[in-house]
Amino acid sequence: MAGLDSIQKTLLEQVADLHEMPEGAYSLRVDGEMFGKNSTEHIEIVKKTDKPGIDIYIKPGTKKESLHIPVLLAKSGLRELVYNDFHVGADCDVTIVAGCGIHNGGAEDSEHSGIHSFYVGENAHVKYVEKHYGAGDGNGKNLMNPTTEVFLEKNSYMEMETAQIKGVDSTKRVTRAKLAEGATLITHEKIMTHGDQVAETYFEIDLDGENCGAHVVSRSVAKDRSRQHFVSHVNGNNVCSGHTECDAIIMDEASVSAVPEIIANHPGASLIHEAAIGKIAGEQLIKLMTLGLTEKEAEEQIINGFLK
Amino acid sequence: MLELQHVGFVVPAEDGGKSEILKDVNLKVSERFVAITGPNGSGKSTVAKIIAGIEKPTSGRVLFDGVDITDLSITERAKMGISFAFQQPVRFKGITVKDLISLAAGSNISVATACEYLSEVGLCAKEYINREVNASLSGGELKRIEIAMINARGTKLSVFDEPEAGIDLWSFNNLIRVFEKMHERTKGSILIISHQERILDIADKIVVIADGRVAAEGSKSEILPELLNARSNCRVIEEVSK
Repeated sequence: MAGLDSIQKTLLEQVADLHEMPEGAYSLRVDGEMFGKNSTEHIEIVKKTDKPGIDIYIKPGTKKESLHIPVLLAKSGLRELVYNDFHVGADCDVTIVAGCGIHNGGAEDSEHSGIHSFYVGENAHVKYVEKHYGAGDGNGKNLMNPTTEVFLEKNSYMEMETAQIKGVDSTKRVTRAKLAEGATLITHEKIMTHGDQVAETYFEIDLDGENCGAHVVSRSVAKDRSRQHFVSHVNGNNVCSGHTECDAIIMDEASVSAVPEIIANHPGASLIHEAAIGKIAGEQLIKLMTLGLTEKEAEEQIINGFLK
Repeated sequence: MLELQHVGFVVPAEDGGKSEILKDVNLKVSERFVAITGPNGSGKSTVAKIIAGIEKPTSGRVLFDGVDITDLSITERAKMGISFAFQQPVRFKGITVKDLISLAAGSNISVATACEYLSEVGLCAKEYINREVNASLSGGELKRIEIAMINARGTKLSVFDEPEAGIDLWSFNNLIRVFEKMHERTKGSILIISHQERILDIADKIVVIADGRVAAEGSKSEILPELLNARSNCRVIEEVSK
């Protein structure tokens, strides 16, 4: 891809599975600057003038279109805060792929904090995929602190898949959502931490509308001396259904805490929470070893499957 | 092919003493089908785990094709050609039926091949191939997948710990057919721990384990009548306890 060096290309591949500029609408941010953007007939990307970031307007009724908004940071010591607002019109059916890749080869900390706000119109259907990836051999840390605000209008649907598998030293991820009548939110979060990494995730979900529902699922693996903290508050303020689930594998000297909280403020709220933390079950390792895998290979298979 | 020589297995007991699970077990397996039977708690499953390398004997040796494998790991034994179907199959979050069968086969097999293994154990492949091997599967379904995995491995020695448990709706005839086909393909030995008369009935050799010892061993015609008789009056156990 013209203008990107090999490190940047690797980052782009990791966070967005892209080798080329994508078809359709995209916005690529590199080292704190807008690198390129492309609007389409139905998806308009406008650079914000008052602060860093973009406004994205998706016209009502846009179907089967996708939008890519990767962010790459390869310059050590760069710290940025970016605001991206997504205005998804009624009756849309779109996929949004975001992601942040940091390569920090220097001694200073690099940080990307994105504040993403989604305004999802009536009956719209949004799939949002976000991957975070860090690399680099410097002493500087890779920091990412994403905040996602979601406003779901009547009968809209949003599915979020977020993954942070490697190389992010510290992350604090906040997701807040407000759901109107008949709206649905599904979030799948996958996190793997190693070394001395720290990951915190907070969910605050307001189930305001009648018959709305949310399903918050977090799966994580904590290795080495890493620490993870999961908090979710699901507020049932109407006839609604809410489910929050945190499932973690803990290894080595890591520590994981899970605080799934459900709050029913309405007698018609049906809420469930589940949390499980444990090491890989010995019998799982043994089973795979009886198939000829070494203990290490068995462990990898179990973790890969768990985070798949 | 497989030989257990004077195998003993002692574990610490709750009262601080020692509990002898297996005592001087001698066993040879070279026939097509060998069945191990005996009362609950007699040590049958421990024998299977010692063969697979999951438990290490506190005395005695285990030989496989003349090689002393007593100190070898589970993985090394698996690679030498020993398979083990658990009595209670393990669940895995996120790992699919196809993943497990591929791991068992040792390569990323085609969907068609995986389907063959599943169909053989009476599962509609299309419904199961992409299912996660998690709590959504019933005990009976897991048992069949466990058998399909052993089939996919196709090793010289396959050990089954109570394969019939939980698959009541699936006829024993089918299970027996699976074992027969497995033998045709592997030309190896199949060692089955079972209480089921119909499974014992296909065995070329029956080994009765009671109170941690081999209480009786012989052909079906030698053992089965005595065993059925013993079931009514517990003679085998009485003999052992004498």
